[in-house]
Amino acid sequence: MSDNSLRVVWVYPDLLSTYGDQGNVLVVERRARQRGLDVARLDVRSDQPIPTSGDIYLIGGGEDRPQRLAAERLLRDGHLFQAVNNGAIVFAVCAGYQILGHEFVNDLGQRQPGLGLLDVTTVRGTGERCVGDVLADIDAPLGLPALTGFENHQGITHLGPTARPLARVRFGKGNGTGDGTEGAYNDTVFGTYMHGPVLARNPQIADLMLKLALDVNALPPTDDRWYEALRTERIAAAQQPA
Amino acid sequence: MAGNSDPLSPRAKLAVTAGKAVAAASRAAGRGSGSVIGGRVALKLDPDLLARLAQNLDVVLVSATNGKTTTTRLIAEALGAAGPVVSNALGANMPAGITSALAGGSEARYGVIEVDEKYLAGVARDTDPKCIALLNLSRDQLDRAAETRMLAENWREGLAGSKAVIVANADDPLVVWAASSSPNVVWVAAGQMWKDDAWSCPSCGGVMQRPGEDWFCGECGFRRPTPSWALSGDHVLDPHGSAWPIHLQLPGRANKANAASSAAVAAVFGVPPQVALERMYQVQAVAGRYDVVQFMQRDLRLLLAKNPAGWLETFSLIDPPPTPVILSVNARGADGTDTSWLWDVDYTRLTGHPICVIGDRKLDLAVRLEVANQHFQVCEDLDEAVRAAPPGRIEVIANYTAFQDLRRRVGN
Repeated sequence: MSDNSLRVVWVYPDLLSTYGDQGNVLVVERRARQRGLDVARLDVRSDQPIPTSGDIYLIGGGEDRPQRLAAERLLRDGHLFQAVNNGAIVFAVCAGYQILGHEFVNDLGQRQPGLGLLDVTTVRGTGERCVGDVLADIDAPLGLPALTGFENHQGITHLGPTARPLARVRFGKGNGTGDGTEGAYNDTVFGTYMHGPVLARNPQIADLMLKLALDVNALPPTDDRWYEALRTERIAAAQQPA
Repeated sequence: MAGNSDPLSPRAKLAVTAGKAVAAASRAAGRGSGSVIGGRVALKLDPDLLARLAQNLDVVLVSATNGKTTTTRLIAEALGAAGPVVSNALGANMPAGITSALAGGSEARYGVIEVDEKYLAGVARDTDPKCIALLNLSRDQLDRAAETRMLAENWREGLAGSKAVIVANADDPLVVWAASSSPNVVWVAAGQMWKDDAWSCPSCGGVMQRPGEDWFCGECGFRRPTPSWALSGDHVLDPHGSAWPIHLQLPGRANKANAASSAAVAAVFGVPPQVALERMYQVQAVAGRYDVVQFMQRDLRLLLAKNPAGWLETFSLIDPPPTPVILSVNARGADGTDTSWLWDVDYTRLTGHPICVIGDRKLDLAVRLEVANQHFQVCEDLDEAVRAAPPGRIEVIANYTAFQDLRRRVGN
């Protein structure tokens, strides 16, 4: 963490803020402040340079054309690579997750290069869109409780050897590859198909990012009773699809 | 052109009669107004029925993400000055519901029709409208609806060859993009509080610049057109620069914007703004929206808000703190089953109001409010939430099926 405040960068809300993606930013901010941290939140539009000194970078989901534009502009900008080299944490959702990979299929039906910060490749699925509540078990080394979220995507994301699946689905589609994986991570870079406010349903992931950013093993406790109530309800709902 | 002088074909008559019979049966069985099922049966018997019913009417279509039902009502009221009007006043806004509504108005001269955004292009093709009002476009039910920009694209293609006068909001870049393929557009500066679906140029994808009320794309030159009508505070400015006061019983900036657009539509049919606006005053509540009902010795104002843009406009019209606010959210089929949009709503605007949350997804609201650092209470149902507030006004804001639940509970 640089100087005294936690720097949270929201990447390209003008393009990638479609499904309540601001929620992840708000949850990180709130939980950091509850631990007594100063938070500097930087919303960076796609005509502005990405700062390299951020601690946590959040990237949202978006529609197909904005996704293409965001990938082009992030590659041209190039600063996110430097930030990751500096040890920054990146957490990306849906379209943003696909952009972190080597390649995805854009709105023109073309294969388009991503940032390659995650060893994943996305193709377009030919079946029905994956839409609905998801319940998954987070990769054991991360030591986190079950992942609950909502997915809505057409992409199918294949993991390469250096990416670990973020979770394995019990209910829902996740990466859509049929092997049960959902999302991917490598060191401090995370991607998931769970929509924008995934951190509202999984505040422990927000806390994991704070711990990584602060380089600590534990954080002061917070009153999580509403998060827990919501988690219980949504986990039950995922097990009984309508 | 006016009046249904041309008799319907025998097949069309049969279809209308059959549709009405089915609607009556559905009503008798307690399944709502029956307008949609009746329209479906009629359209099956005569697929061209909508076009046939429309051919003897001067048709106005109204579409938008928010404000369709209210604006349809305001326009219908205004055009009543020029002749009898038939309208789908209850908000059944897909082809079957529209057909059913028109079948009930054989004496009408004007057809004022609310159209679901996805069906606008098709209904415009079928009904050969004289005028189309386009109010706004923003994110809504993304788990089942088309992408917002795709809807604008769909409108743009569908309206490209239309002979209709398009009355369109100059302050919404997506609406401007959709309307500007038409040769005959009347631009209305109706304003729009929600801006987060149009930061990216709908034409070229460049980043939109938005100094003050203006907007333009720095890359391709796509920009806000010069409006001929405008909403200015409590007045409508007409193309001659005259300012006409807006007196509405309906609250809020958004309804003033709806009135401004409605006045521009009325003028297309020769109804002057002062006449149109006076008639709009008669509109009290629209399908229960904005109604104030007595319930357990309190005055509940029922407010429908279905998406982030709608919530933003609604927060701007509620009484100031300490007026209590009840929020109710469901996520059933008609609402969209994804509650992510709650995170696009700025709940810090409720600071100072006592807040109770109810509805199927009250826990989503609870976490949302917790993160917004608001004080709130989670209640089991409306009765418990109302009991928690002192006698007096309570603002009740709900999304679609939650609103229906409320109306049922308060007997509205």
